[in-house]
Amino acid sequence: MSKRTTRILVVDDEEIVRESLVSWLEKDGYTMDTAEDGPTALGKLDSASWSILLCDLKMPGMDGLEVLDRVKKAQPEAAVVIMTAYATVDTAVKAMKLGAYDYLVKPFDPEELSIMIQKIVAQQALLRENVILRKALKRDYRFRDMVSKNSSMQQLFELAKTAARSSSTVLVLGESGTGKELMARAIHAESPRHAAPFVAVSCAALTETLLESELFGYEKGAFTGAMTRREGKFEAANRGTLFLDEIGDISPKLQMDLLRVLEERRVTRVGGTESLPVDVRIVAATNRDLPKAVHEDRFRQDLFYRLNVITIHIPSLRERKEDIPLLAETILERLSVEMHKEVDGLSSEAMALLVTHSWPGNVRELRNVLERGLVVSKGPLIQAADLGLTLSPAKEVRPAHPASLAEVEKEHIAMVISQTGGNISQAARILDIDRVTLYNKLRKYGLRRDGEEIEET
Amino acid sequence: MSGVRLWWMAGGAADTSFLSPAVTAIGSVYKLPVRLETVNARPDGAFDPRRNQHSSTRILNWLSHHYPKGATRLLAVTDYDLFIPILTFVFGEAELNGKTAIVSFARLLVQDGALIPRDRAARRLAKEAVHELGHTFGLLHCKSYRCVMARSASLKDVDMKEPALCSDCTARYAETGIGKEPSDE
Repeated sequence: MSKRTTRILVVDDEEIVRESLVSWLEKDGYTMDTAEDGPTALGKLDSASWSILLCDLKMPGMDGLEVLDRVKKAQPEAAVVIMTAYATVDTAVKAMKLGAYDYLVKPFDPEELSIMIQKIVAQQALLRENVILRKALKRDYRFRDMVSKNSSMQQLFELAKTAARSSSTVLVLGESGTGKELMARAIHAESPRHAAPFVAVSCAALTETLLESELFGYEKGAFTGAMTRREGKFEAANRGTLFLDEIGDISPKLQMDLLRVLEERRVTRVGGTESLPVDVRIVAATNRDLPKAVHEDRFRQDLFYRLNVITIHIPSLRERKEDIPLLAETILERLSVEMHKEVDGLSSEAMALLVTHSWPGNVRELRNVLERGLVVSKGPLIQAADLGLTLSPAKEVRPAHPASLAEVEKEHIAMVISQTGGNISQAARILDIDRVTLYNKLRKYGLRRDGEEIEET
Repeated sequence: MSGVRLWWMAGGAADTSFLSPAVTAIGSVYKLPVRLETVNARPDGAFDPRRNQHSSTRILNWLSHHYPKGATRLLAVTDYDLFIPILTFVFGEAELNGKTAIVSFARLLVQDGALIPRDRAARRLAKEAVHELGHTFGLLHCKSYRCVMARSASLKDVDMKEPALCSDCTARYAETGIGKEPSDE
């Protein structure tokens, strides 16, 4: 991630004061700017965020206290230091009450100024770190933590947000590692049910009987080993959300049981007779092709319809390659907090490698690769070699002899078009050319829409 | 002749023995020849009678107007107590990425109100001279307190540092390419 620079705005009607403060502080590496009066300073608040404002108290028109008041409303996290040539207890008290960080009498002792700025910078760095740590600890699963520049992803977030407000069942589809559980948690966090539990169950991890007792609970003596009564996940998730991951993998019997619960909104514990009402929002997920499973009689059609109320299909990472740099930076920022290792970011070669990789394991794979890179890296930037990525298959089949530019272009287009499954618009976006140009290039190189060469007859 | 011009702007002729550590340190850190000259002219209007101090910024402007032709950098050494308007004093000032710098030994001669041995004061001056020249080469304040480019807000800071650049600042200086040109040898 890029190193944050401290931005300091000096507000003073005396040019010589502005100049000397800028000249003194720019040598510490801070980004400096000046404003000769309050309104100019407030204008600069609209266009950028500031870490520190050094603001004169007595200025014609708007005085320093008014600027302070307005700054604290516009950018409360900015530290405002009031400077004055004439100190009075009244104004000092007023400034501190309005939220000034400190109150300095001109001229300042160099050490006093230096230490004060260092203290502010250190405190702000701690605050920033605190926010990131809290997020990491609380596992803050809101939509704003799911990053994407891709327009279809944005539409998907909008759909999910709307769905979150209802209690309808949501079916999340997508390849392994695309973030289906993250989506389910975000839906829960945005929903009116967010104060109640979010309970996740992986349906593929358990045998049929175990899953049954896990979901519905059991009564004492229901089976050998059932020493006490135990409530199931449906009950545990009451008033909240139950996330059923890998729903495509459940057995026909459980499909039927689940259908009954969804229809009746009541569960009966294994070995029990009483049915208990449950108020649970279901979010189900799978990486399997459910309509095909229905067609092949492996999945109940009625259950599919029950689950398929609102469907959210998360695209694979290779379908939204433009998101890779943003995702990589966000993930790296979180990893560096979790792993207590700071880096400035990725080298341009490393980033290029991430963008060209095909990511069969999607975002999960990206996270693992970045974690490895962070552990292995020695310098301020993670290098391509640190990532431990092997060349993608498309690259491995490259001829060993030096290829011409046209050959490389043809090969690259073929790879991208095959990765997008022949989707011309998507391929054109990844290649950053327009569709007509892509069609022309396909014709020129004799490529089909699946990336294969047209066989000459 | 290119290289650093060191202008003695204190009373009398240049005190070569007092300046000797500064000349040696500048030459060894920046790999530039140093020429010492006594300058008797003084800028007008730099003295502030209310503060009983001289404005370092005004002296820097004056130095820019009297910049010697062909010099790589110009550093003035003065016995004036210097200030910038916002601060009670400064040990020196320089134009960041500029050509001129000034350093004062007025506050370097004492410790807790008492005079210190001359050689110790001369070592302090050497550090501040190398420091201010560093800014003219684009070097910013360094976080390593031993590096000569560490911020000097007090005498304690000056005494803690060495009259040399740390490895990072050395690398940054090397990137400027100054001190490598044949004409600078």
